[in-house]
Amino acid sequence: MAMNKQGRPTAPGTIDANELSTISGDRGLDHEEGLIFELGRPGMTGVDIPDVQMSEARLGGQRRKGAIGLPGLSEPEVIRHYVRLSRMNYAIDAGLYPLGSCTMKHNPRLNEKMARLPGFGDVHPLQPQQTVQGAFELISDLMKWLTDLTGMPAVAMSPKAGAHGELCGLLAIRAAIEARGEKRPRVLVPESAHGTNPATAAFAGFTVDEVPGTADGHVDVAALKAKLGPDVAAIMLTNPNTCGLFEPQIIEMADAVHAAGAYFYCDGANFNAIAGRVRPGDLGVDAMHINLHKTFSTPHGGGGPGAGPVVLSERLAPFAPLPLLVHDANGFRMIEHADEAPGGAKPFGRMCAFHGQMGMFSRALSYMLSHGRDGVRQASEDAVLSANYILAALKDVMSAPFGDGPCMHEALFDDSFLDGTGVTTLDFAKAMIDEGYHPMTMYFPLVVHGAMLIEPTESESKESLDRFIHVLRTMALEAKAGKRERFEGAPRLSPRRRLDETAAARKPILRWKPKELPQAAE
Amino acid sequence: MRYHPLTPDDRTAMLAKIGAPDIDALFRDVPKSAVVPLSVFDLPDTKGELEVDRLLSRMAAKNIAAGSVPFFCGAGAYKHHVPSAVDHLIQRSEFLTSYTPYQPEIAQGTLQYMFEFQTQVALLTGMEVANASLYDGSTATAEAVLMAQRVTRRNKAVLSGGLHPHYAETVENIANLSGKVVRTPVTPGSAEDIAAMIDGETACVVVQSPDVFGLIRDLKPIAEAAHAKGALLIAVVTEVISLGLIEPPGHQGADIVACEGQSIGVGLNFGGPYVGLFATREKFLRQMPGRLCGETVDADGKRGFVLTLSTREQHIRRDKATSNICTNSGLCCLAFTIHLSLLGEEGLTRLARLNHAKASALADKLTKIGGVSLVTSSFFNEFTIRLPKPAAGIVDALAAKNIIAGVPASRLMPHEDAARDLLIVAATETNTDEDCDAFAKALAEVV
Repeated sequence: MAMNKQGRPTAPGTIDANELSTISGDRGLDHEEGLIFELGRPGMTGVDIPDVQMSEARLGGQRRKGAIGLPGLSEPEVIRHYVRLSRMNYAIDAGLYPLGSCTMKHNPRLNEKMARLPGFGDVHPLQPQQTVQGAFELISDLMKWLTDLTGMPAVAMSPKAGAHGELCGLLAIRAAIEARGEKRPRVLVPESAHGTNPATAAFAGFTVDEVPGTADGHVDVAALKAKLGPDVAAIMLTNPNTCGLFEPQIIEMADAVHAAGAYFYCDGANFNAIAGRVRPGDLGVDAMHINLHKTFSTPHGGGGPGAGPVVLSERLAPFAPLPLLVHDANGFRMIEHADEAPGGAKPFGRMCAFHGQMGMFSRALSYMLSHGRDGVRQASEDAVLSANYILAALKDVMSAPFGDGPCMHEALFDDSFLDGTGVTTLDFAKAMIDEGYHPMTMYFPLVVHGAMLIEPTESESKESLDRFIHVLRTMALEAKAGKRERFEGAPRLSPRRRLDETAAARKPILRWKPKELPQAAE
Repeated sequence: MRYHPLTPDDRTAMLAKIGAPDIDALFRDVPKSAVVPLSVFDLPDTKGELEVDRLLSRMAAKNIAAGSVPFFCGAGAYKHHVPSAVDHLIQRSEFLTSYTPYQPEIAQGTLQYMFEFQTQVALLTGMEVANASLYDGSTATAEAVLMAQRVTRRNKAVLSGGLHPHYAETVENIANLSGKVVRTPVTPGSAEDIAAMIDGETACVVVQSPDVFGLIRDLKPIAEAAHAKGALLIAVVTEVISLGLIEPPGHQGADIVACEGQSIGVGLNFGGPYVGLFATREKFLRQMPGRLCGETVDADGKRGFVLTLSTREQHIRRDKATSNICTNSGLCCLAFTIHLSLLGEEGLTRLARLNHAKASALADKLTKIGGVSLVTSSFFNEFTIRLPKPAAGIVDALAAKNIIAGVPASRLMPHEDAARDLLIVAATETNTDEDCDAFAKALAEVV
């Protein structure tokens, strides 16, 4: 038996790692973890709070009668629980996260620090306005960045996410049309659009009319023109589009939309490809939301919170929702009621309580100040360069539906390179998990078969891109060579293997219940 | 630029591999007329961390932070102590820098806390099911009204005059498109007769408790009146910690509960991001908006969690979806879950009792001042007082003395004459006895 210098045996042993059945059920650093409701004990708490005497005289006879049913844990137990949960997640900090359309770029920690300054994080939305002048200044500076970068005259700051921004834009369009005394019930949406576009149009009370695409991944301009008419309120167009391509006839489309009396709503989800090089205002855009959590890297946080300020053209600016930030000799003032609005302003209403996602504003401004205009432009260029590098390196072994490029910030492939291999887009993507990568966006956009949309962002080094390319090339070659082993049933090395989503939907279990009670039934 | 790993040599090599002469070639589809030089942007160039920190810190220092002075603002956002563990945990890279858990095999951390969150919200509100959060309480309320319209196939929504005016305006902004929204008169300190306004066209009544003035409402008779006419009761809660002490809406007959969760885990943040809690009855599940996490098993038979019932959602159903919502309030939802786990049954109950005791003691102190009277006979941690002159001026005068006295009702409802002299005051565990004494002393000087 081999020995190390201390005389201890170093033989590999007789059990293969994969066959080792552990006593605890945990595997090295991979811990299994129960639900918080399965831990703890009654009476325990992780926060020391005095048990005060209290009269019930002022509770209006509404004192809670039964127990709530929450578990009791000490602070170390709670911390261990959530640390263990965190270790079951993939994250951009841990690896390349090539989700097309989602923009998983680096989240600078300075931004986190800035958002937590007490002057930003610990101020109340309704405290006297003279006590929050610095917070207004931050919002005002961010507005300046957003309007300048987009070449648009105004911006509504309150929308809380991209889809909320879409709604804000469409409601401004609706108000503008009503102010003209017209009725325009129809909104045109290309078939390649994000799902939020048609959902928002319907949500805002419009009917949705799909515009087909061309064989090369663009909007069919002739079809769009044919659909325009006096009943069309707007077109909702993503540019660069969801196929990762810039619409070359964008100005022609905008002109046609305007000539028909309609408005051009741009889905700004992909603004990160062109920021600092192209101003949407120069393309004829009337309204566009900006996902601060994408382009300006306020973190995604496992699905939110986001922020979706909407830039508006001259024609739509008067209809921007409340509240409105104004600046005069006395400093900044937030106008919260329509009848206090400055001359000409006709706000369509209110998107939410208070003024929007301040915590995201401070992070986004910190990002912008760090980058500067030159850094913002460089970020767009590097994002586009990296996507094209991936496209160039993989197009001979995978299949690019819209030719050799160039693309913008994301590279789109379809599944025709897997024809006859028995491997699907899903298998291919799930096998990436075993290789240490998060899968790319799959089956979106809907306009190509088995879509795989790869967005590397500007945050990857060339070495990181080369390694990723090597892995994907090898996988594609193996699939084509009929080596299906690594694809079938993948992933194998993740905290969980493929999950039964059909069972989850058929008989939904949406909350924990104590064992003695029956589980939720349909 | 410190965030960009590519070197000039890398860029040259990559362009060569692509076969493009320069970066401009990759932007060839952009109309030439639309490409602008950097000089058109009236914006600064890149800065180091130290400079950015200095600039923004200077801006932040111009504001009065709630924790730095006696502070009594509520009206939809509340100052509470958030344990240090919460912020440390939510800043773990695996939570902070992950996406929506669409790949459940490598997102069980996010999915499991969503499942825990849904359970916590259902327990707190006394409802059967909850979703994985919406943007905030106001947008959750608007979504609740739209859901009630879908469930009942009726269009009219009746909003209580005690509903936070920002919430009412948020509801009107969207629910008026497809229906009719009516508001009952504002009745500070008492309950309006909302049952009388429910008719056969009514989809829902929306009642906030404690209401915007702090008054605790009895929801049971309203639920009965609504159900008798085939309408739903939507209960709104803006101070979630009240549910540690007050009977939850689910036990009073509410059909949907929309709640602002900011008080637990999230902090003030000048109005956002916050976290909207949304809970309902199981029978309405498929009309619910927002993300849902469900339990299932993986290929090895191990328990795991996935996003489920997504056929309700925009990325599948497009224009037929129950809502256009895409993001939830992920990280705030995690902060809520961790803070509530730290509190537990015992901690939340004690916290709620402490809040009520603080507010009650402050109400006693303030109403000892001549000309000051209590408007709300019942309340949780927020009450309304009537002052002998307009509240807005008093708040400004006290702010000049570095005391943030509360929210003048006129700021929320400038057209209500009855609200002019009313001050909405919140007290929480963060207010010391010295804070309360300083407030009472200063108020006595300015009224």
